[in-house]
Amino acid sequence: MINFDYVRARDVAEAVRLSAAAPGARFIAGGTNLIDLMKVDVERPARLIDISRLPLTSVEETPSGGLRIGALVPNSDLAWHPLIERRYPLLASAILAGASAQLRNMASTGGNLLQRTRCYYFYDSATPCNKRAPGSGCSALTGLNRIHAILGASEACIATHPSDMCVALAALAAEVHVAGLDGERTLAFTDFHRLPGTTPERDTNLEPHEMVTAIELPARGFAANHSYLKIRDRASYAFALVSVAAALELDGQAIKEARLALGGVAHRPWRDPAAEKALRGRPATEASFAEAADLLLHGAKGYAHNAFKIDLARRAILRALSQAARGAPQPQWQKKIL
Amino acid sequence: MAQTSGTRARAQPIPTPGKFFVTLTVNGIETRLELAPWTTLLDALRDHLNLTGTKKGCDHGQCGACTVLLDGRRINSCLALAVMKDGARITTIEGLAAQDGRLHPLQQAFIEHDAFQCGYCTPGQICSAFGLITEGRAKTADEIRELMSGNICRCGAYPNILAAIEQVMGRT
Repeated sequence: MINFDYVRARDVAEAVRLSAAAPGARFIAGGTNLIDLMKVDVERPARLIDISRLPLTSVEETPSGGLRIGALVPNSDLAWHPLIERRYPLLASAILAGASAQLRNMASTGGNLLQRTRCYYFYDSATPCNKRAPGSGCSALTGLNRIHAILGASEACIATHPSDMCVALAALAAEVHVAGLDGERTLAFTDFHRLPGTTPERDTNLEPHEMVTAIELPARGFAANHSYLKIRDRASYAFALVSVAAALELDGQAIKEARLALGGVAHRPWRDPAAEKALRGRPATEASFAEAADLLLHGAKGYAHNAFKIDLARRAILRALSQAARGAPQPQWQKKIL
Repeated sequence: MAQTSGTRARAQPIPTPGKFFVTLTVNGIETRLELAPWTTLLDALRDHLNLTGTKKGCDHGQCGACTVLLDGRRINSCLALAVMKDGARITTIEGLAAQDGRLHPLQQAFIEHDAFQCGYCTPGQICSAFGLITEGRAKTADEIRELMSGNICRCGAYPNILAAIEQVMGRT
């Protein structure tokens, strides 16, 4: 691993100040992705600012009936938190679909948002990659691109965001609280991650020296009718080829409210208001689900090795919505798709 | 975790980053080490404390061979910086047996069920199983399999590993 300097921040304001004072510094919390990337020479921070001891570890109910989750709550604690299990089981399921028990014990809520793509070429510093080395080109475009994006990609980058948790947070319309040199601000979850465009080196809309301090969930948790369905190359401990977070509110057989987000297919969790609008007021039938799937996948484009993802995503959307409508979410320990 | 463009470019060379004093209580024994900040917990255990029971497999958090218990929770020690764990209580495979040498029930069960072949993944498997039992979440065989998926066994001893864990959980 590269050599670097280390400092421990005592509060959020100090962490931000330390970041601004040291060009090339990075915050570190769980470290599960950053340390890995440092070992392969992709991330080369001159200094690590340890934020892991900041008091951002609580899960609190908000006046509006939602939950505020501290950025340093470990993924496992969040998935198994009684309020998350009871009121936001879609989020619990998505978290448990990702990584391993050990990694979930280490990884933080905020860090999960900030993990970087698992594109092979991003990890291989011997190859061109616009995300790692802007302007060097995209090796995946004409290389091995089985795991890459089918939506929202650009000529500069076809990488995907690897998180499962973020797919559920997108569907649940979470908000991200951040703190920086200019104080605090709040971003809608769908505004947090970016599409690659011509600047794929930027994964998110965080400004320099900003850090995530909390995630806020609105009151609506879709506890009765939801499913997180993850399709991958092996049955556990693998990143998604396609994943679907589906959430419905039903009035009898009619859909009152619908949420639909995809993972593994784009540079950010993929959500389209048009697909959800098409479900509202419609019966919870396969015909309605198919229409929503077509809208959500509108403009999907396959490359040499990943065109199968378009059909796979369509079928996974139908299945996840059907599971949600039946009140029978896919358990993450159950390897047979229900 | 702030976004900084051009992550490959170092703004300025670092002279020689200093070392840090790190206190770890490893298997009940408090130890003070002087470590460079880039020393992982795994390297601190193996190279500085000569506790080589914890294995370095992939060194990237993918295989689970380096699993130890940090304040009672299972983690990948290869992805933890020792300096960040100052003050922590660590249990490794060397710390599971009783003072008188009697094996931990998981160690005994792994022997009884022939739950390994080459044995390289075994310390990580046992520490991970210890963490799994402490968590108390896995109730069925499928749940144990899923929550042990962070520990790879290339010899393929999975059925026997499962049987050993089930025995200690009192499922058999």
